[in-house]
Amino acid sequence: MNREINLDRRTTLKAGGGMGLLALFGSLGLLKPGMAMAEVDKKAFAAKTMDEALSAMGVILPGSSDLIQLNVPEIAENGAIVPVVVSSTLVNVEQISILADQNPNPLAANFTFPEGTEGMVTTRIKMAKTSHVIALVKADGKFYKVMKEVKVTAGGCGG
Amino acid sequence: MGNPMKIRASVKDGVTEVKILMQHAMETGLRKEADGTVVPAWYITDVKALHKEKVVLLAQFGQSVSKNPYLSFRFKGGVVGDKVTISWVDNTNDTRTDTAEITA
Repeated sequence: MNREINLDRRTTLKAGGGMGLLALFGSLGLLKPGMAMAEVDKKAFAAKTMDEALSAMGVILPGSSDLIQLNVPEIAENGAIVPVVVSSTLVNVEQISILADQNPNPLAANFTFPEGTEGMVTTRIKMAKTSHVIALVKADGKFYKVMKEVKVTAGGCGG
Repeated sequence: MGNPMKIRASVKDGVTEVKILMQHAMETGLRKEADGTVVPAWYITDVKALHKEKVVLLAQFGQSVSKNPYLSFRFKGGVVGDKVTISWVDNTNDTRTDTAEITA
């Protein structure tokens, strides 16, 4: 009897606490409803594995696509500078993310494309060791990916 | 206040190509000095590109973007003389904004 009452009290407290937090975030402007362009949650950048990163980004089982071109060198002599070019002929590219699956934090960069900007981006990333570079493209609300292996002869992280 | 960026913006057939070279150490927070002390993380987290008042690209960086980040992208529209403005923010809240004119 006593125990039941305690449990109830706990749930109530928890629920109340949650609401309080939500209200607090809302008032601080941390929750931005109606933000025109959604960027990925910063937590995704802190993720230690590919799976963690993808779930933090809200990606569910991306399919492969022939309409994404990922250009990376087969062999990177210097892991500190690995050039990456991602371009896609998919319609309505909203977002392109670049990940390296063996990096301490796999998500390297995320790009959000407003209408009128072409679905392509060029940048350079660091790679700790030989691993796959993954280009994740969100087009028309759906996720697609392509990946390529890059052999790294000298790591770019940790020095 | 960060170091100045190099920005090139050129228009061809109605498409403007923007190339940006930022100057930033992009420390991962994992690197150690010879004496074993860890170099604290120091990297750009957000980049915004504006063509006049309109956002043409938003980028979010993690620690694994290379030192002195390079970025290029293309957007439709833009004529010679228009301004392209790039701003970045790093994890210490330092910021830098530079502007370039679109050339032919």
